[in-house]
Amino acid sequence: MQTLVTILVLAPLVAAIVAGLFGRRIGNVASQAITTGALILSCALGWYTFSQWTWGHMEAFTVNLLPFIHVGNFVSNWSIRIDALSSVMLIVVTTVSALVHIYSWGYMAEDDSKPRFFAYLSLFTFAMLALVTAADFMQLFFGWEGVGLASYLLIGFWFKKASASSAAIKAFVVNRVGDFGFALGIMTTYWAFGSIQFHEIFPQIAAGASRTWEFAGHTFPLVDIACFLLFIGAMGKSAQFFLHTWLPDAMEGPTPVSALIHAATMVTAGVYMLCLLSPMFEYAPVAKNIVTVIGAVTALFAATVGLTQNDIKRVIAYSTCSQLGYMFFAAGVGAYQAAMFHLFTHAFFKALLFLGAGSVIHGMHHEQDMRRYGALAKLLPVTFLAMTIGTIAITGLGIPPLHLGFAGFYSKDTIIEVAFAAGQHNGIALFAGVIGVIVAGLTSFYSWRLAFFTFNGKARWGHDDHHAADHGHDAHDAHGHDDHAHAETHDEPLPDAHDDHGHGHDHKPHESPWVMLFPLVVLSIGAVFAGFFFNDFFVGHHQQEFWRGAIVNAPTNHVLHEAHEVSELVKYSPLIASIVGLLIAVWVYLVKGDERLGEKLAARNGPLYVFFYNKWFFDELYQATFVRLTKFLGDLFWKGGDQKLIDGFGPDGVSAVSYDVGRRTGKLQSGYLYHYAFVMLLGVAGLLAYALFRFH
Amino acid sequence: MTGLLSLTTFAPLVGVVLLLGARALHGDNAKTDNLAKWIALATTLVTFALSVVLVAQFDAKDPGFQFVEDVSWFAGLHYRMGVDGISILFVLLTTFLLPICIIAGWKSVEKRVVEYLICFLVLETLVIGVFCALDLILFYLFFEGGLVPMFLIIGIWGGKRRVYAAYKFFLYTLLGSVLMLAAILSMISIAHTSSIPALMVFKFAPWLQTWLWLAFFASFAVKMPMWPVHTWLPDAHVEAPTAGSVILAGILLKMGGYGFLRFSLPMFPNASELFQPLVFALSAIAIVYTSLVAFRQTDIKKLIAYSSVAHMGFVTMGIFSGNAAGEQGAIFQMLSHGLISGALFLCVGVVYDRMHTREIAFYGGLTNRMPWYAAVFMLFTMGNVGLPGTSGFVGEILTMTGTYQASTWTALVAASGVIFSAVYALNLYRRVMFGEIVNPELKDITDLDKREILIFAPLIIGTLVLGVYPNLVFNLTASSVDGLVGAWRAAVGG
Repeated sequence: MQTLVTILVLAPLVAAIVAGLFGRRIGNVASQAITTGALILSCALGWYTFSQWTWGHMEAFTVNLLPFIHVGNFVSNWSIRIDALSSVMLIVVTTVSALVHIYSWGYMAEDDSKPRFFAYLSLFTFAMLALVTAADFMQLFFGWEGVGLASYLLIGFWFKKASASSAAIKAFVVNRVGDFGFALGIMTTYWAFGSIQFHEIFPQIAAGASRTWEFAGHTFPLVDIACFLLFIGAMGKSAQFFLHTWLPDAMEGPTPVSALIHAATMVTAGVYMLCLLSPMFEYAPVAKNIVTVIGAVTALFAATVGLTQNDIKRVIAYSTCSQLGYMFFAAGVGAYQAAMFHLFTHAFFKALLFLGAGSVIHGMHHEQDMRRYGALAKLLPVTFLAMTIGTIAITGLGIPPLHLGFAGFYSKDTIIEVAFAAGQHNGIALFAGVIGVIVAGLTSFYSWRLAFFTFNGKARWGHDDHHAADHGHDAHDAHGHDDHAHAETHDEPLPDAHDDHGHGHDHKPHESPWVMLFPLVVLSIGAVFAGFFFNDFFVGHHQQEFWRGAIVNAPTNHVLHEAHEVSELVKYSPLIASIVGLLIAVWVYLVKGDERLGEKLAARNGPLYVFFYNKWFFDELYQATFVRLTKFLGDLFWKGGDQKLIDGFGPDGVSAVSYDVGRRTGKLQSGYLYHYAFVMLLGVAGLLAYALFRFH
Repeated sequence: MTGLLSLTTFAPLVGVVLLLGARALHGDNAKTDNLAKWIALATTLVTFALSVVLVAQFDAKDPGFQFVEDVSWFAGLHYRMGVDGISILFVLLTTFLLPICIIAGWKSVEKRVVEYLICFLVLETLVIGVFCALDLILFYLFFEGGLVPMFLIIGIWGGKRRVYAAYKFFLYTLLGSVLMLAAILSMISIAHTSSIPALMVFKFAPWLQTWLWLAFFASFAVKMPMWPVHTWLPDAHVEAPTAGSVILAGILLKMGGYGFLRFSLPMFPNASELFQPLVFALSAIAIVYTSLVAFRQTDIKKLIAYSSVAHMGFVTMGIFSGNAAGEQGAIFQMLSHGLISGALFLCVGVVYDRMHTREIAFYGGLTNRMPWYAAVFMLFTMGNVGLPGTSGFVGEILTMTGTYQASTWTALVAASGVIFSAVYALNLYRRVMFGEIVNPELKDITDLDKREILIFAPLIIGTLVLGVYPNLVFNLTASSVDGLVGAWRAAVGG
C-alpha cells in the first residue's frame, strides 16, 4: 500500500518533468500520452486507496519519504498521509484531473504548445496531491504554493495575451496575501505547540485551548489567533470575500484549467485545510464565527454578481465562489463533514458545468459571450444534456420525503440544515442559514439563466449576432459607467485564443468530439449519483466509521446530529427557493422568450444592477487603494528616499564637498579609481604598522 | 589533513602565476586570451574540487574549528586558519560560483582578458581567506583586500558610469572599514590576542561591547548592505560586468552576514542583545522599502539589486533572532541567495550580451523566441519570490519563524515582504518575457546556447536540491549553530 500511494503521488510529477523537459523532442502525442497515462494510473490507485479505506477497513498511515527541514523541533518531512480526508481528496483530484487531461486532447487540439500545457496540468496535480497528503505544515505550504504556481502558469498559459498575464499575476499576488496570513498562522502554531507536525499538535489543543497570546499590548486567545491567521490563507486560495478578485480573472486560462483548478480542486484547498485542522478550529469559537460570516457573505456576494454576468465562464466562476462560501460556513458552524461532502459533490457538477461550457465555447469557435448563444440544444445535444444534469445538480433539485435527488440536493441541503441547527445556539449560524436559503434561490436563477440563455430561445449567433452584443452594451452604457474601462473588459468579445483556428471560417456551432464528451458523461454520472451514494458515509449514519477521527468534533458539538431534527420548513426551504429561482428563469427566458428582459428590468433598477454587474466595485476599490499606494510608496522611497535623502546627504553630498576641497588642495582628488585604491592600501598599511609598533 | 585549507585558499594564486607565465611566453594576443580562460577555468575547478574534499573530510558533529593551521608569522602575528560548520559553507559557495563566473565572461569580456581573470582569481583567494581566517589582522587583510579586485572589476570592465559607482562603493566601504579597524586594534590591545577563537570566549565589558559592536556594525551593515547604507549596491551592480555582479551578490554581500555571525554575536553578545531592536527595525524597513523601490525600477539589473537588499533583510533579521531557526535560516538564506541572485544576474547578462541594454521597456515577448531562457528565468524568479521547493523558501520561512519568537512585529512586517517580492518579480518577468514581440530588434534574438546552459545547470540543480532537501546544509551547520546560539543565550542569560 505504501508503494502504491507513493506511485500515486509521484507519477504526475514524473510525467510533468518528462513532458516539460523533453516535450518538443518526444512530440505532442507522446507528451499527452505520458501525462494522461500517469493520471489514469493515479486515478485508479486513488480509487483503490479510497475503496480500501471505505470498505476494506484500512488503517490510517503515513509514508515518510525524505526529511525536508529539520531545525531543532521545527521538523518537516516529505511524506504521504493517508486517512479519510486525504482519501476523499485523492479521488476528487485524480478523477477530475484524469478527465481533464483526456478532455484537453480535444480542447487543446489546435494549440501549438501542447506538451507545455499537459506538463503544467500534471505538475498542478502533483502539487495538489502533495497538499492533500501533507503530514505537517511545511509540506502543506509547499503544496499550497505549488498549486498557486501551477495556477499562475496555467492562467497565463496564453502568454501573448496581456489580459492573461495580468490575470496570472493577480492570482499569484492575491494568493500571496492569503499566504502571508497562512505563514504567520504556521509560526503562531509552531511557537505555541512546539511542532509543525499535525499528529503532534492536535493532541495538545484541547489542553491549550485557554492559552493566550500577547500582541501589541492586547491579550488574545491563542488558538483563535492561530486559526484566524490560517483562515486568511484559506480565504486567498478559495477566493473568499475580500480575496476573491482573482478568481473571475483566472477565467483567462484555458477552460479545462478552469474546470480542474478553479472549480473542482485547488480552490477547495481552503475548505480542505479547515477540515484537516478541525481539531484546532473546534477550540477557536471566534475564528469559527469569522469563517461562518465570511463564508455566508461570499455565498451571497458571488451569487448576486453571478446573476448579471454575460460571459459564460464568469457566471460559473462566480457560482464556484458562491458554492465555496457554502462550504466555509458549513465548516464554520462545525459541520466539517458537510463541508467535505459539498466539496466532493461540487467537484463533479462544477467540473461538469465548466467542461460543458468549454464544449460550448469550442463549438462556438471561442465565443464566450452568452448573448451570442441561443438555441444550441439541438446542435450540441450531448453537451446540452450534460449541462442540464449539472444544472439540476447544482440547484439541488430532489424529493425530500424520499430523500432522493441529484448530488447538490444532498450536500447543499445538509449544509443549510446544519446552519439552522447550529443557529439554535448561535445567531451567526442562523444568519448563515438564512443566507444559504436565499442563495439557493439565486443559484437556481443564474444557473438556469445560463442554461436557457445558451441552449434555448432564438439563435443569436447568426449574421446579426453583433447587433445582440451591441445592444447589450448600449443598455449598459446608458448608465454612464463605461468610464471604468477595466470593469468592462469581460464584456468585450474575447479574441480568439488561437491564431490559426482550423475551422474559423465555419460559423455553424458544432458538437465536440467524443474525447471531450466522454469526460462529460463520466462527470454526469457523478453529478447524479455522488450525493445519493455517499450521503451515508459523509454525513449520514456511517459518518463516524467513515471519517475515523480524521475530522474532530468537540464534545459539545452535535450539530450534525441536530441537523436531522430541524423543522420541516427548514428542510423544504432550499428546494422551495430553488424552484422559485427556476420558475423565474423559465418565465423570463422561456415563456416570455425575451432574453433581454432581465436587462430591461435591470435598466429600471439601475443602481443595484450596476453594483452587481461591476462586482460590487471591488476591483476599482483595490485599484484606487492598494495598487496606487504601492506605486506611490515605491516612487517615494526610490526618488525621495534613496536619491534625494540618502544619496543627497550621503555619498553625493560628501563627493560634492570633497570635490570642492579637493580642487582647492590641488590634484589629490583626481577621480581615478587607482588613486582611491592606492590611498586605501596606504591607509591600511599605515594603520597596520601603527598596530604592530603599538603592541609589540 | 593540515595544509588543505591553505592549499584551497591559495590555489587560485597558482593560476595567477600560470596566467602571467602564459602571457610572458605567448605575448598579449587573442591566443593567449583563449589559453588564459582555460587556465583560469581549470584553476577554479581544481579549487572547487579541493573544497569538496574539505567538506567530505569535515566532521559535522564537531562544533569547533577544524583544519586549523597556526603558524607564527612576523612581529608576533599569527597566520591562523580554520573552518567550522558555518564558514565551510561559504568557502564552498565561493569555489562553486567562481567557475561559473569565469565561463560567464567567456565571450563578453574582450579587453584586458588576462588582467580580468587575474582579478577574479585574486578575489577568490581573498574571499576564501575571509571565511577561513582565525586571526583578526589576517581577517582584516583579506576583508579589505577583497575590495581592490572588486574595484578594478567594476572600474575597468564596468559600464558607462563605472567611476561613479566605484567611487560610491569605495566611500561607503571605507567609512565602515576605518571604524572596524579601530575596533580591531582596541580589541587586540585589551585582550592581548588577535586569535578569533580566543576572542570568541573573551568577555568584553558591556559598555565596551557597545562601541565595538557599533564599529563592526558600520562595516558589516555596509557590506550586507542594510538600509539605509544600501544605495551603493544598485549602482555597483548596474555598472559591474555580469560575472562581477554574480560575485558581488553571491559572495561579497555574504561577508557582512558572516561577520555578524563570527564577530558581533559571539564576541559582543550583550551589545547584540541591546541592538537587536535596531537590527530588526532596519531589516524590516529594508524588506518593505526596497521591495517597493524594486517594483518601480526600469532597469532589470537595478531591480534585482534592490531585491537583493530586501533578501538580505531576512538574513540580518534571522542572525539577530537569537534562536536556531533564525540563525539556520539566515545562513541558508545567504547560501540560497548566492545561487538565486547570481543566477538572476546571469539571466540579465544573457539578454544584455545580445541587446546591450538593460531597459525593461526595451524587451517584451521574449518567451516567443527563447523558450529555454523563459523556463530558466521563471525558475529563478520563483526562487526569488521564495516559492517552496526552491531554496529561496527555506531561508525565508526559517528566518521569519525565528524572528517571530523574538519580535512578532518584525516577523509581521517581514512576512508582508513576501507579497511585495511577488509583485516586483512577476511584473518584471511579465514585462520582459510575456506578450508579443513588439520591438523589431528582438525579432532575431536567439535562445540560450550550450555555454549558457552549462552555466545555469549547476545553479538550477543547486536551487532545487537545496529547496527539496535543505537538510544537506543543516546537517553541516547544526552543531556550530547550536554552539553559537547556546553561547549567546548563556551570555545574555536568556
